Amino acid sequence: MPAVQETVDRVKRIDVDQYRYGFETLIESDKAPKGLSEETVKFISEKKNEPAWMLQWRLEAYRRWLTMTEPTWARVDYPKIDFQDLYYYSAPKPKKTITSLDEIDPEILKTYEKLGIPLREVAMLEGVEPKPGEQDPNRRKIAVDAVFDSVSVATTFKAELKKAGVIFMPISEAIREHPDLVQKYLGSVVPTSDNFYATLNSAVFSDGSFVYVPPGVRCPMELSTYFRINERNTGQFERTLIIADKGSYVSYLEGCTAPQRDENQLHAAVVELVAHDDAEIKYSTVQNWYPGNSEGKGGIYNFVTKRGDCRGNNSKISWTQVETGSAITWKYPSCILRGDNSRGEFYSIAISNGYQQVDSGTKMIHLGKNTSSRIISKGIAAGKSQNTYRGLVTAHRKATGARNFTACDSLLIGDKCGAHTVPYIEAKNSSATFEHEATTSKISEDVLFYCIQRGLSQEEAVGLVVNGFVKDVLQQLPMEFAVEAQKLISISLEGSVG
Amino acid sequence: MTALLDIRGLKAEIDGRQILNGLDLCVGKGEVHAIMGPNGAGKSTLSYVLSGKPGYEITGGEVYLNGEDLLAMAPDERAAKGLFLAFQYPLEIPGVATLTFLRTALNAQRKKRGEEELSSPDVLKRVRELAKQLSIDPEMLKRPLNVGFSGGEKKRNETLQMALLEPRLCVLDETDSGLDIDALRIVADGVNRLRAADRGMIVITHYQRLLDYIVPDVVHVLAAGRIVKTGGKELALELEATGYAQYQSEAA
Repeated sequence: MPAVQETVDRVKRIDVDQYRYGFETLIESDKAPKGLSEETVKFISEKKNEPAWMLQWRLEAYRRWLTMTEPTWARVDYPKIDFQDLYYYSAPKPKKTITSLDEIDPEILKTYEKLGIPLREVAMLEGVEPKPGEQDPNRRKIAVDAVFDSVSVATTFKAELKKAGVIFMPISEAIREHPDLVQKYLGSVVPTSDNFYATLNSAVFSDGSFVYVPPGVRCPMELSTYFRINERNTGQFERTLIIADKGSYVSYLEGCTAPQRDENQLHAAVVELVAHDDAEIKYSTVQNWYPGNSEGKGGIYNFVTKRGDCRGNNSKISWTQVETGSAITWKYPSCILRGDNSRGEFYSIAISNGYQQVDSGTKMIHLGKNTSSRIISKGIAAGKSQNTYRGLVTAHRKATGARNFTACDSLLIGDKCGAHTVPYIEAKNSSATFEHEATTSKISEDVLFYCIQRGLSQEEAVGLVVNGFVKDVLQQLPMEFAVEAQKLISISLEGSVG
Repeated sequence: MTALLDIRGLKAEIDGRQILNGLDLCVGKGEVHAIMGPNGAGKSTLSYVLSGKPGYEITGGEVYLNGEDLLAMAPDERAAKGLFLAFQYPLEIPGVATLTFLRTALNAQRKKRGEEELSSPDVLKRVRELAKQLSIDPEMLKRPLNVGFSGGEKKRNETLQMALLEPRLCVLDETDSGLDIDALRIVADGVNRLRAADRGMIVITHYQRLLDYIVPDVVHVLAAGRIVKTGGKELALELEATGYAQYQSEAA
């Protein structure tokens, strides 16, 4: 497995405590005043040149949020967050309006280079069509809507997407340019009143991606966004909305890294997906935010609400996630299977090391007839981390013929970590078929020795065994993401044994 | 000339229990040594101590591989220096294709030796050739390593790994266990093909049967953690007739 080799090289280049992506770019920021109030919400809305209805929407959410309390049911433990001690908006100060990649602050481009994000390459690839018969999957085009801190600074491939009729732009732009679509769908999957963090996001969301795929269109490329938290003490409140109209298809990739910090950083994103009749959305995430240092200090708090609505008949939504970062992860990408024969999938790899705490899983809510869902969850706990799978599968009274298959596997590395599985299963009609399988195993010393006797180092051996453990899920990722994810998995387990 | 493997007065214990008790053994290049002995004599312990399995404490003695201090090396380093242990019970690794494992191991060793890593197609080509010699179905290479393999498949797979990694010293721990006679023949043929002037082998076994196929140059009797008798291949036949009882009482 060449990736294992590369991983080892990469791991050698970094010190144990030095997060690879822990650098800071020095760029002047345009910040909202610290703390949260109606003024902050107005400031953000104004910065974005938002129409009045959007500000109203935000303010309603803010007022609702004031009445809510933080959820405490997840198996995570962290000091109380002082919401008045955070900045809610930060944007790189634009010198002028950006029309092409060349005009982007070179400092920002350098950051992307360090992250290994081929923004320039992607731009260069544009128009380079592979010759027939020379279809190289690695050169499939990816459109990047780059989110630097909170503002999208570059959007590529716009022209080609436009030709296909696909709208892919920062949501702040979509609010101005496609208010009808945004108004129709924003909050229709995750309402402003949904939960503490989603409501907070609704009030102060800074930016994110907006995708609309018109009826019958197969999106000509994978859509990709790289998130990066860069400003000290800045909460990140991404908002993503993806709509696949009748008979359309879109695949969206999301990847995250963040610089090293001593203070905890709050991230509360909301992602909403809507799939109409016969439409399919594939949403893949590789999450690698700063997990805190070896003493458990610092790291990102990741409180995310991701939900897909299979609104139409025969629609399909598939979530695939590789979660390796963050100090705290609180995340349950879910599917509402509303349309008849609709299908939801959740493939997850959640890795925790050091003092990381992961409470993640999914909800499959079967409402329509003959709906089906599939959950494959692989949790890997190392170091002193706690890793919980929490999932809900429910069939409504009218959801006749609902089917679910769930497999939750946990792998423990070392004896100071914990893996937990908390499945909730509810069937309100007798025709539902739900299957649940769960296993917990420990990485075997004998297996590691076997690998080491064949010449692998301890790290390589762990990487190999773990990559084998998560193979079913890795296969669900688009090729370019799978390679990155495989490396990430080995890197994140660095120092977990021995 | 330096011996390939030189063990002098090796003492080792596990969980405070002394297993090897001043073991001396010298294996020259091109030689095949059989180590026979009763259960609990320390045969498997010897293979684990040589390969550096954690949990064993060396309490005395020295071991040299090609003149180098073996005990000072990390287990993966020993592998890269050409020490190969064919496991009595090969381990399963779910989700890792056999071919992937072979390639990862080969390139890990090559890298440690400062050699260039081989590309996937090159590895595949070599593995395919070797697999054919061992009557291994190419489909098996795609299956997760040892998962659901029969006893015979597992041992053939060990032999395949050995052939691919081209070790200097092969230690075969009870390779005959779990094999029917046909599988035994295939594995033994595979091992015999690996006999070479610059390669030594230690064949650990209970039974003379394996030695009909892998004919040793030297036979040792290991009892109570020491080599108590050394002879030619006829010693194995003698043991088959008389059993180990005399050596156990001698050693005690």
